[in-house]
Amino acid sequence: MNKNSWILYIGILVFGLVAPFIFPAFKVQLSILCVLIVLATTWNIQGGEMGYNTFGNILFYGLGMYLCASVQVGMFFPLAEWTESGGEKTFVHTPSQFFQGMAAGLVVAAVVPTIVAGLIGYAILGLRGHYFAICTLGLGVAAGEISGGIEIIGAGQGFTTPPFPNIGGLEARGEFFYFLSFGALVLTFIAVRAIYTTRFRLILNAIRDNEDKAEAMGIETMKYKITGWMISAFFCGLAGGIMGGLVGYIDSTDVAFDGREMGVFMVLMAILGGKGTLWGPIIGATLFHFFKEGFWTFFLGWQYVALGVLIVVIVIYFPEGLMGWLREKYPERFGEVVDEADRKAQVELK
Amino acid sequence: MDFLVFQYPMITIQACLDGLLLGILFALIAYGMALQWGVMNIINIAQGDLVILGGYIAYFMYLYGIHPAWGVIVSPIIMYFVGIAIYKLVINKVVDRDLFISILATFGISILFMQLMNFAFGADVVLANSGYGTTMLFDNNVVLPNSKIFSAFISIIFAICLVVYMKRSKLGRAIRATAQNARAAKILGVDTEKVYAATFGINAALCGVAGALISITFTIHPYMGLPYTIRSFMIVIVAGLGNLPGVAMSGMGLGIFEEFADYILGTEFRIGSVFLLLVLILVYRRFKLSRKREYLK
Repeated sequence: MNKNSWILYIGILVFGLVAPFIFPAFKVQLSILCVLIVLATTWNIQGGEMGYNTFGNILFYGLGMYLCASVQVGMFFPLAEWTESGGEKTFVHTPSQFFQGMAAGLVVAAVVPTIVAGLIGYAILGLRGHYFAICTLGLGVAAGEISGGIEIIGAGQGFTTPPFPNIGGLEARGEFFYFLSFGALVLTFIAVRAIYTTRFRLILNAIRDNEDKAEAMGIETMKYKITGWMISAFFCGLAGGIMGGLVGYIDSTDVAFDGREMGVFMVLMAILGGKGTLWGPIIGATLFHFFKEGFWTFFLGWQYVALGVLIVVIVIYFPEGLMGWLREKYPERFGEVVDEADRKAQVELK
Repeated sequence: MDFLVFQYPMITIQACLDGLLLGILFALIAYGMALQWGVMNIINIAQGDLVILGGYIAYFMYLYGIHPAWGVIVSPIIMYFVGIAIYKLVINKVVDRDLFISILATFGISILFMQLMNFAFGADVVLANSGYGTTMLFDNNVVLPNSKIFSAFISIIFAICLVVYMKRSKLGRAIRATAQNARAAKILGVDTEKVYAATFGINAALCGVAGALISITFTIHPYMGLPYTIRSFMIVIVAGLGNLPGVAMSGMGLGIFEEFADYILGTEFRIGSVFLLLVLILVYRRFKLSRKREYLK
């Protein structure tokens, strides 16, 4: 790592730490942005680096959401009565209970999806290409439908997560969730960046480029595929747990296992920024969040129409994403050796 | 949970017959899916939304006082042109690309259609009442709505017409040639672009028929599309591309499975069980093939 990138990282970190105080009105939006970046970055481990395009990461996100809230409630109060009474009316968390519950909940929300990803991954990561994509799509929707039928976590009427304790009001709540999600983002970034400098990334890229050949070279692809998916699941579950607390209300198909929104968003963000790059999903998520808030504010009611059009346009005209476009334009910056004569010849051919 | 199904054999018969009639409809949708998958190598997530759109056409005829059964004729004609329009706008740009691109692009179309239908027709669950009455069998123990029998009958007629058309007509031959080898077909003078457009149009028309029948027999709702897509995908992967009897059989099997899941697990798990079945089938086939060091292609 050279000096410039250190300055960049420290600059971003400092900006992240002071952002809620500079833009106090946008704390919730910034927290959501952090969660979106986590989701896009972890999707990229699958879709971008490994070439296994999944719609199923929403499964871990939703699972994390339900688990975190359930643990947070279940540690102190009977879960069934909580969901039946609609939550906060009967039972009140004291501040220490709330924070203890949240900490334990987040640990469970990160660990259990990781194990689930390992088990499911063993079963379905042997599928390839579009079979994998459709299978994960099915998993996500099935999880939503099934969790919508389970009584103890609120079934169709939803699950209210514990409200933030009455200390410091709305400001403190916003800051707490912002720093929680920013912490998750920093953790994800460090982990993903560390992974991307190791042999592991090269193996994932080999699987993406030609899985049969990778296998023939003696790589146990299954092992690496499962590990890759477990890493994504860990951070997706964490992000889900935070998002559940932030939104304050969990519904099976509209909030947790929301394949139509979050499940597509994470794919779209990664593609918009550029699959298979470290910074692509981050830039993509930031851009997308601006787009999305614009649509959701100015075209209320038409937002899904806009979203559908956006998906089609991005996928058809912009499949390489921003980073891919930059890479084609300035290949030297990406460390590619360019043969000038060859490049000129190619330009003439075009 | 009391397993009524096992205590009263009549319920079993009822579920089987219901599932059979339902499955024939699924097979019709799945046939369209297999057609476009085989010919153009795209997976259309918007398949279910085309079905629902076809259903709304029949529902509208019903609202304006025309008998909804005529929707079986009107809906495919309109849907054919809708299909051609979708092809010209979006699909022809994704045909030669990676399959995931087509999945994502049609997912976008699906979201678009869902929301547009929601605006145009409202978010209510609607039904076009055909007024056909019911048939009672086995001492009035088994109740079959005549509309279901009608819809199964119409589906079979359409399927037979299509098979004959694909075998005999010039366009059908061109479609089959393109499915076998698009490049060779192009060299021998088949306008593959036209063939693709026609294939997508025919698929949309089939969806239109199925949708009109579904609006008569069951209910339609703007957001109900995705389960139909998944069902048809499932039927196609079980039966294989270009295996028409297989598509019919697995369609009926799926219909019966769903009816039993409905009785045993409860209606709230019906859609969930369909999606889970898809995952289970894929996992089963993956393990079966991996013993031979192969994978699903």
